[in-house]
Amino acid sequence: MIKLEAVSEVYPDGTEAVKEVSFEVEKGELCVLLGPSGCGKTTTMKMINRLIPITRGKIYVDGVDNTEIDEDELRRNIGYAIQDIGLFPHMTVGQNIETVPALKGWPKDKRRQRAQELLKLIGLKPEEFVDKYPSELSGGQCQRVGVARALGADPPILLMDEPFGAIDPITRVRLQDEFLRIQQEIQKTIMFVTHDIYEAIKMGDKIALMHQGQLVQYDTPANLLYRPKNEFVENFVGADRALKGLQLLRVKDVMTSSPPAVRADDETQTAEKQMKREGTAYLVVVNDERQFLGWVERANLRAGRMVRDIMHSSTATATANTVLSEALSLMLSSGLKTLAIVDRANELEGIVSFDAIQKALGDATLRSRAE
Amino acid sequence: MRRHAILASLLVILIALTVWITSMDKIGVYDVFSWRDLLSCTWAHFKMVFIAELIAVSVGVPLGILVTRPGFKKLATPVLGGANVGQTIPSLAIIAIMAPLLGFGLRSAVVALFIYGLLPVLRNAYAGINNINPAIVEAAKGMGMTRGEIARKVELPLALPVIMAGIRVSTIITVGTAELAVLVGGAGLGRITLTGVFAREALLILQGAAPTAAMAIILGFILERIEKRMTPRGLQFQI
Repeated sequence: MIKLEAVSEVYPDGTEAVKEVSFEVEKGELCVLLGPSGCGKTTTMKMINRLIPITRGKIYVDGVDNTEIDEDELRRNIGYAIQDIGLFPHMTVGQNIETVPALKGWPKDKRRQRAQELLKLIGLKPEEFVDKYPSELSGGQCQRVGVARALGADPPILLMDEPFGAIDPITRVRLQDEFLRIQQEIQKTIMFVTHDIYEAIKMGDKIALMHQGQLVQYDTPANLLYRPKNEFVENFVGADRALKGLQLLRVKDVMTSSPPAVRADDETQTAEKQMKREGTAYLVVVNDERQFLGWVERANLRAGRMVRDIMHSSTATATANTVLSEALSLMLSSGLKTLAIVDRANELEGIVSFDAIQKALGDATLRSRAE
Repeated sequence: MRRHAILASLLVILIALTVWITSMDKIGVYDVFSWRDLLSCTWAHFKMVFIAELIAVSVGVPLGILVTRPGFKKLATPVLGGANVGQTIPSLAIIAIMAPLLGFGLRSAVVALFIYGLLPVLRNAYAGINNINPAIVEAAKGMGMTRGEIARKVELPLALPVIMAGIRVSTIITVGTAELAVLVGGAGLGRITLTGVFAREALLILQGAAPTAAMAIILGFILERIEKRMTPRGLQFQI
């Protein structure tokens, strides 16, 4: 879908920002351009939509040499989202999202409809947000609208330059998860620039690691971690690769589905019997709709008559798609050894124990992912 | 709002003062200017300001925008510097210089006022475009807007409030400076003020100065309203 052939960028002052870079991104793949600042990753990305002219080499977009297409036409068919977002402050959220459709001359009702769809996709209520101005939104909401705007005219390709870079860590993780969910739905070919190796491992189908203008390794995240091509890659990946490897695994890979649970309205005796039967020291507590409420421990069983009276309420939960490193950090911060896994309606889906994560930490599981 | 209340009361005082002085018969040995004279001077004053400002806007705004365009950026420093010099020279000197150059009359006065009023218009047009967050322009370009579309749909609407503020400031300055036009044979309220100065009669000076100040306040107020109108709604929340 995107093919770079010996692409070089030489600035007017003679510095070679990008040297003979060649690689290919398949349709529907998310390729992360990773590297320290100044390595040429943003330059490489901007040559694809010709915001920076190519000095030597060729870039093919969907099989066509991108210098043979009118540059504005080219850009209208490639979504573009940047770290500073650059929402138009004088336009409403809806008008912002409709920018490219408007440039392409879509009829008004089709544009409106598209904006509504996209707002729904990024999890903002259309009726509430479509007529708001960017100055009325939070940073995370602006970032989402920026992504929606890039998707405006449903382009097959998206270029994203550190789109979650300027956001606080908690919101960033949420936006990354949301974006991965969206990507599963829309299946775009994406070029994603970041300097954050955790983000790269989490988001990328492939990672193109760059250094001093050169492409060092183009590989899957697992191969980059466990089969580094040279010393630079090894050092860039760092010593804590096992920890970073946790970014590759998701809760659903290690969780125990349909765990034993009691209802808050059950008597403690019921809980005790169940614990004996299952041979565990704790149980998940749910309500009648199977929504997660908290935990009950064997040690506390005598303290009350109903489960409700003795349970520890908790809101620390993860979803099946949470990456293991985030699940682990949630455990550490909430002081729990087991994490409840819930779906979007907070209904219990399973549990993940610390032991399960520890087992996954063993290189074996991860190594098997590298070919 | 407080500022508006102060300006409004000042305006009432200034107009009352003008009416009071004009309805007197004599100040000392001097006749006061008649209603007729006062109105014709006010009208002449306004006309002079209007023409000078019209030229300043039609030169300053396009020129200020032009020097933000790639390819013309190098001109920004000399152009803004030149306009700066125009305003650094005392207004009296500029007006006085015009007489030997262009002869006595309305023309010299208007040219002098134009030179003096150009800087705020030019500077704000330049700053209005130049201070737009570069990310906004980059996003526009990255989405495939042509250069013309970026200028029309993004840069101009965002710069408009700043440009309008420049026009307002320039107009207010020009109303004051136009008092001096009488020295090079222009008309305007300066005629009354200057007569008062020569006659050493404070009230006569005020008969010219008070309506001038009132005119500055009124024009400033009108232009401020237009400015607010032209500010896109999305930008109003930030203020």
